[in-house]
Amino acid sequence: MKEEVNLSPLHGLWALISRELKKWYKTPVLLIISLIQPVVWLALFGKSMNLASLFTGTSFNINGLNIPKQVLDQIASEVLKATFGTSDYFSFLAAGMLSFIVLFNAMGSGMSIVWDRRLGFLNKLLTTPIPRGSIVLAKIISSVLRSLVLASIVMLVATLMGMQYVQGINVLDFLGVYLALFLMAFGLSSLFVMLALRSSSWESQMAIMNLLNLPLLFASNSFYPTSSMPSWLRPVSDINPLSYTNEAIRQLLLGIQGNLTIDFTYLSLFAFILALIGIILSWRALQQNN
Amino acid sequence: MDDAIRAIELTKYYGSVKAVDHVNFEVRKGEIFGFLGPNGAGKTTTIKMLATLLKPTEGTAIVSGYDIVREAKKVRQSIGVVPQEYTADEDLTGWENIILIADMYGIKREISRERAKELLNMVGLSNAMNRKVSTYSGGMRRRLEIAIGLINRPSILFLDEPTLGLDAQTRVAIWSYLMDLKKMYNMTISVTTHYLEEADFYCNRIAIIDKGKIVKIGSPRELKESIKGDIITLELMDTLKALSILKRIDGVIEIKEENNLLRIKVSNGSEIAPKILEALNSVGIYVTRISITQPTLDEAYMEYTGKSLREEQASSEEMFAMMRTLRRARS
Repeated sequence: MKEEVNLSPLHGLWALISRELKKWYKTPVLLIISLIQPVVWLALFGKSMNLASLFTGTSFNINGLNIPKQVLDQIASEVLKATFGTSDYFSFLAAGMLSFIVLFNAMGSGMSIVWDRRLGFLNKLLTTPIPRGSIVLAKIISSVLRSLVLASIVMLVATLMGMQYVQGINVLDFLGVYLALFLMAFGLSSLFVMLALRSSSWESQMAIMNLLNLPLLFASNSFYPTSSMPSWLRPVSDINPLSYTNEAIRQLLLGIQGNLTIDFTYLSLFAFILALIGIILSWRALQQNN
Repeated sequence: MDDAIRAIELTKYYGSVKAVDHVNFEVRKGEIFGFLGPNGAGKTTTIKMLATLLKPTEGTAIVSGYDIVREAKKVRQSIGVVPQEYTADEDLTGWENIILIADMYGIKREISRERAKELLNMVGLSNAMNRKVSTYSGGMRRRLEIAIGLINRPSILFLDEPTLGLDAQTRVAIWSYLMDLKKMYNMTISVTTHYLEEADFYCNRIAIIDKGKIVKIGSPRELKESIKGDIITLELMDTLKALSILKRIDGVIEIKEENNLLRIKVSNGSEIAPKILEALNSVGIYVTRISITQPTLDEAYMEYTGKSLREEQASSEEMFAMMRTLRRARS
């Protein structure tokens, strides 16, 4: 009996993660559906809200003044740079869409644990000697992996649609982007898995998701910089992990000035604290499962 | 330590509701032990506590030598559980499901592959093992659940309603698989069921649970014999007239009327039957058929719980059908 069984603390963790990933890549339709939203945002919003064309696309005259076109263009680009840090709004938004897809995917990871409970699979797992923490950890890690794959696809699509990278970009910058996304995905997935384990039904989980998704998104710098926000909204944006992720990504990919030390410190703390709370609370929820 | 399971004052409260109330019993090694009881009597709660899915409010149980509260992990390693609901992941194949659960037990791959093959073969799923579970029929899914429940070679197998919602033929098949597996792996089986014939036919001993308490434990035969008296069934034309006469005969405990049949519960069948015939003949009622039978398990069950299990059966089948609809709606 002894040599047949290997009960290390992490046994079965990889098996659970690969189950999640298998379910995911075996249904490519779901993968595509989850990509539609950020891509539509990119295509519609990113391309239509092309702020530079507000100036260049139209020609207007102010009575008595004859402003040369170059001057107008110059003004436009300076104004954009002052607000967004770049004159290329599409690239600005594309960077924001990376954290968008991570946020939405993390929310979905909560749903999958609700279904596991509902359909009995979770109950079956609990009859086996798998450590309870591994069940939670597998959900979180698989969600993080999915997030990173989805973000890569969004980045690829954005590049094809004309996202402009900063000159002299190198591999380290991309690794930095993945690190930022990884930290945020880890924290958010922990949060939503924890919420899902505490809520009894998928209806309440859906309600939580709908309550949080758009406010989290719009109260961040995903679509517009924090500086243009009203003063009451700014504090919300300042504690929103999406803002820090976006700032880090924009500096690394687009060269928009930010503070990487603050960004990564905040994201690391966010991921660590939420993962800790999430895993402990989920573990306790599974212990007293009734 | 010869018992496979020993429950000691096992108790579970849900708020103020006593789902299981200071229950004591033993299950002997190698026997098939059945739990019978109305819905909400505490059968599933008991099994869930024994399988370490629920923590008892008070008391404990020793399952294959380990305490379910203090040594939950060791208990989990030595038992197999087939829950009431289907638990396999529908998006994966049967094979993927069984290997996944084997990994949860930390069984090394080369061993789990061998065992999975053997088990799937035993339950007749070798041909379907590479198909997605969502394509399986109810009977196939149940067989898969049983195979999965045995992947860790448990010394005790817990089955919660293993045949619920299946047709009669499939039910017989499931039981014959179970009996084969039991013989092969020399297991103790603890089972809850709604089907009296199954409990009667397959269980070595039965515990009748009602309102969180065990009201009776014994072999099916002991349970039936514990009901005093016999059942006399009469077939005759004028049941109404017969009723008034029969009521006056000594030793008649209860009379039930079904069509033109009278089912009479009496203290002693062979002594009272002639008296009944005599009394009826004297007023010109002729009995076309008479039989004396011992009480069935259903009668024993009614005696102890005050309910007929037949009605229970229908309501849980309905419940199960609802769950299945929910499942389909999802996919």
